[in-house]
Amino acid sequence: MLNVEHINVGYKDLQVLWDVSFQVNQGELVALIGPNGAGKTTTLKAIMGLRRPWSGTIYFEGQNLCKVPAHKTAELGIAMVPEGGRVFTGLTVLENLELGAFAPHARKHMAQTLEEMYQLFPRLEERKFQRAGTLSGGERQMLAIARALMSRPKLLMLDEPSFGLAPLLVDRIFAKIKEINQAGMTILLVEQNVRAALELAHRSYVIQNGRIVGMGTSEELLSFEFVRSAYLG
Amino acid sequence: MVETLVQNIVFGLLLGALYGLAAVGLSLVFGVTKFLNVAHGELLMLGGYVSFWLFNLYHVDPFVSLPLAALALVVVGIVLYSLLFSRTVKMDEEQKVQTTMLIGFGVSLILQNLAQRLWTADDRSITTAYSRMSWTLFDIRFPIVRVVSMVVALLLVIALQQFLQRSYFGKAIRATVEDWEEATIIGIDTHRVYLVAFVIGAAFAGVAGALVSVGYSIVPSMGLEWTLVCLVVMTLGGLGSIIGTFVGGLILGVAQALTAFAVGGAYRQVVGLLLFLVVLAVRPQGLFGVKEG
Repeated sequence: MLNVEHINVGYKDLQVLWDVSFQVNQGELVALIGPNGAGKTTTLKAIMGLRRPWSGTIYFEGQNLCKVPAHKTAELGIAMVPEGGRVFTGLTVLENLELGAFAPHARKHMAQTLEEMYQLFPRLEERKFQRAGTLSGGERQMLAIARALMSRPKLLMLDEPSFGLAPLLVDRIFAKIKEINQAGMTILLVEQNVRAALELAHRSYVIQNGRIVGMGTSEELLSFEFVRSAYLG
Repeated sequence: MVETLVQNIVFGLLLGALYGLAAVGLSLVFGVTKFLNVAHGELLMLGGYVSFWLFNLYHVDPFVSLPLAALALVVVGIVLYSLLFSRTVKMDEEQKVQTTMLIGFGVSLILQNLAQRLWTADDRSITTAYSRMSWTLFDIRFPIVRVVSMVVALLLVIALQQFLQRSYFGKAIRATVEDWEEATIIGIDTHRVYLVAFVIGAAFAGVAGALVSVGYSIVPSMGLEWTLVCLVVMTLGGLGSIIGTFVGGLILGVAQALTAFAVGGAYRQVVGLLLFLVVLAVRPQGLFGVKEG
């Protein structure tokens, strides 16, 4: 479904990603794990079109994403949950969700998707007229996920959904992610919290210093000495 | 004595409504795009001339031609945005403010000189059959033209506020102001948002200018004064509050009128700059603005 092929990405004269390749298949939950500053967020931004690769290509369902303007990516069926539950804090919860359905195909089904989101996250319905800035960290993360789902994506990308959350909340968010995946959503999960990500993902890629250094199922990766030492202690 | 004072306050409010209308336009553009368009006053001047010539050549009533003045400025806005201002979109905020200021100065010089060439440096104003009529209430005069102008200004400002609060595209604009990257992720074309904001700002200037040409007078060199007024009002009202900016316009109008009444007409411009400095020193976010962060 998503094929990232040999991309090199950077900012001005600083290269961040080096020859990064990976793929996500339909229905899969794939994790991209690695330490802070490894290039995980940059990878997602490249897919979204917010950061153009210097070279290499990214295909989504056979279409070259590098030729798609950034604001059209959502229309193709890719949604991204930004790091740290970034939402529009000055807008209400409901307004955030409505805007999530900005892409034309999603706007037609807005009322229906909204109902689905309220079922998935009942908390959001209780707070729909509240400004998103007044939500707790966990609620914001839920809102960010729900807003992304409002676009009825084929591929959902999450950037560090565990960021800044207490362990109990991380478990709850990850359980939701699993639920969403089991309902048929293809997911690309970017995480620093390796233990949690490995437990969840079907397959994972390990990224370090802007390079993919390992790939496999969770069990296979646990045999990587450095995964164990670096992340599991 | 009291009547003269009240009369001055009324005139101040009536003029202040036009300050408010013009400043809301500039404030919207700055708030959304971070373009500091110092040619805003010249856009207002153009709107005034559109209205003036439509009346003079084709006898179109100035209130009927308001949509045409707005439309003319929409076109001017699209051209200015596409040719010049759009090139600064990717700059960081500080660089954007500086660059757009330079662009604005250039545009204002060109438009001002062009207007002088084409239409001479004479003061012009529209005199309709109802221009001299006014209502009188407790010996206070309310010139009809200026009262209607104030109503038009108020309606437009409320309409804009409702558009931003309630309409889907208005919400997209507010989202873009908050975080353009997040907005792009959910599929909002931020370029289009900037264009729309810029064009609405230009149209507001156009309508304000048209109203000035009926209730007051226009001249090719009026732009700078109006840009300054808008900047003062924008600071007074505070960014991010449409109604607040409009009220800021009313306050400046009254302050000017009172100054002229108390110490003489020569000082009416000074009071604006004084207010500007006081607000910056005491309440930099403006009277109705929200503190950042």
